Amino acid sequence: MLNIQNLKCYHGRIQAIKGVDLFIGKGELVTLVGANGSGKSTLVQAVCGLLNEWKGEIRFENELLAGLKPSSIVKRGISMVPEGRMIFSTLSVLDNLKLGAYTRYRKKRMAEAVENDLQMVLDLFPVLKDRASQPAGTLSGGEQQMLAIGRALMARPKLLVLDEPSVGLAPLLVRKILSTLEQLRNQGLTILLIEQNAHAALEIADRGYVIETGRVVLEGAASDLLNDEELKKVYLGKDYCESYPKNFIPLRCCN
Amino acid sequence: MKPECFKNRLYYGIFLPVIAVSGFVIDSPYYLQVLTFIGINTLLTIGLNMLMGYAGQISLGHAAFYGIGAYTTTILTVHFDFSPWAALPCTLVVTGMVAFLVGLPMLKLTGYYLGMGTLGFGMIVYVLFREWSHVTGGSSGMVGIPSLSLGPVSFSDSRNYFYLVWMIVLVCIVFCQRLIQSRVGRALRSISDSENAAKALGVDTKDLKLKIFILSALFAAMAGFLYAHLVTFISPGSFDFMVSIRMVTMVVIGGMASIWGALLGASVLTLLPECLHAFADFEMVVYGLILMLIMIFMPRGLTRGLMDIYERSVSKQI
Ligand SMILES: Nc1ncnc2c1ncn2[C@@H]1O[C@H](COP(=O)(O)OP(=O)(O)OP(=O)(O)O)[C@@H](O)[C@H]1O
Ligand SMILES: [Mg+2]
Repeated sequence: MLNIQNLKCYHGRIQAIKGVDLFIGKGELVTLVGANGSGKSTLVQAVCGLLNEWKGEIRFENELLAGLKPSSIVKRGISMVPEGRMIFSTLSVLDNLKLGAYTRYRKKRMAEAVENDLQMVLDLFPVLKDRASQPAGTLSGGEQQMLAIGRALMARPKLLVLDEPSVGLAPLLVRKILSTLEQLRNQGLTILLIEQNAHAALEIADRGYVIETGRVVLEGAASDLLNDEELKKVYLGKDYCESYPKNFIPLRCCN
Repeated sequence: MKPECFKNRLYYGIFLPVIAVSGFVIDSPYYLQVLTFIGINTLLTIGLNMLMGYAGQISLGHAAFYGIGAYTTTILTVHFDFSPWAALPCTLVVTGMVAFLVGLPMLKLTGYYLGMGTLGFGMIVYVLFREWSHVTGGSSGMVGIPSLSLGPVSFSDSRNYFYLVWMIVLVCIVFCQRLIQSRVGRALRSISDSENAAKALGVDTKDLKLKIFILSALFAAMAGFLYAHLVTFISPGSFDFMVSIRMVTMVVIGGMASIWGALLGASVLTLLPECLHAFADFEMVVYGLILMLIMIFMPRGLTRGLMDIYERSVSKQI
């Protein structure tokens, strides 16, 4: 579905991505993990058309994305949950969600479909329902994250890109959000999940990429990566093997 | 949703009767003209508030569009013998074009830089009005602007002009409120919150900012048109830097991102100088002091400040 070849991204003179190949098949949940500053957000921005300077090839459903405006990319079916949530804090929760469907509202006949999706999103995140008319800035961090995801879903994406949705959330909430993503994947949505929290992400992903200073250093099936000695040492912490079973809240135990 | 709706009805409930009645009972042409000026300033303020309050883009040179509106209609009617009603669409088109050409490069700037850029634009236009004398009449301005009439109704009568201006204001209020509640209005509000997030959702922020810039320029042009045909004499001084600043002040005093706030801000800032004549030499001091006090005690503007006071007093009684 998404096919990236030899991608190089620049922030002015800084080259943040130095030749990345990445592939996401339809219906897959792929995770991209890497340390701070490794270039994850930069890659996402290039895919979503928010970065002007990049070279290489990004194809979505076999169509080249070079030079497309963000709005055209959203219309083609890629929607993202930006880093740091970036909800519209003075707008109501409902307005935030409706803005997610901005590119769809044009036609009159879409209004009904949007209304249905609104219901679907509110069912997915019931907390938002009670707060629908509240300014989004008054939500808690976790609720804001759910709102950001719900907002992205309102565009009816084929590919959902999430940039570190678990930052600053309590472990239980991280689990909840990840299990929601798993649920969405099971409904057929393709997902690219950027995460620092490598272990939790690989738990639910089909495949994973590890990125380091702008290069992919490791890729493979999520289960293989989870057992990869190298990765364990670098990203999961040296003694994670010992401490992990005690602290771990199994994903499938919480709804 | 509900309380907003109620408040809106309340504002209409105050606004419409006040306008209708004051046009009816006030006989003095002077007072009617002051009220007409409030209407013209309201147009300016609503337009600027769409840009500043809702889209979050500052303009410190908006008097330029006000002036271009006034000068275009003046030049067309005085030099080229256009009828005012034929000059109106030309005025709007000319101002819209200028706003487009200026906004295209300018709106790439943000925050203080946009402020500086628009400030510069305002100054250039002001100097143009003053120095391009064989077209604009230079610093002494232009006289002999025809007053408006429509069939048997002559708008040289203060009462008729008063109603004309306020009808237009009403139309603009309704238009802006509908726009803000629409899909595009939502996108507009999202820009001032987080432009990057809006972009990521597929809002073409560049395009939208330009459109709203043009819209607010058109409001200013309309106000300029009404101003020129009201006073039938214009000079560059009415469109200088201070006028731009006063427009921003009206927006802020009334309340950012509030249509009714624009009305209130325009009213207060138009009436205040009229009421302060008694202070003679100290007029400006008192004026500045009042503005300072409003901002200190009602930082979110008069409308919201008064609403807060009202709500607090109601909840105390319960
Ligand atoms: N706007 C920018 N201007 C200049 N350099 C930038 C810019 N944005 C990012 N960079 C640089 O590009 C590199 C990659 O940044 P990026 O934000 O993609 O990292 P990241 O993997 O998302 O990190 P994090 O996990 O902390 O979010 C960093 O070295 C960063 O300093
Ligand atoms: Mg990042």
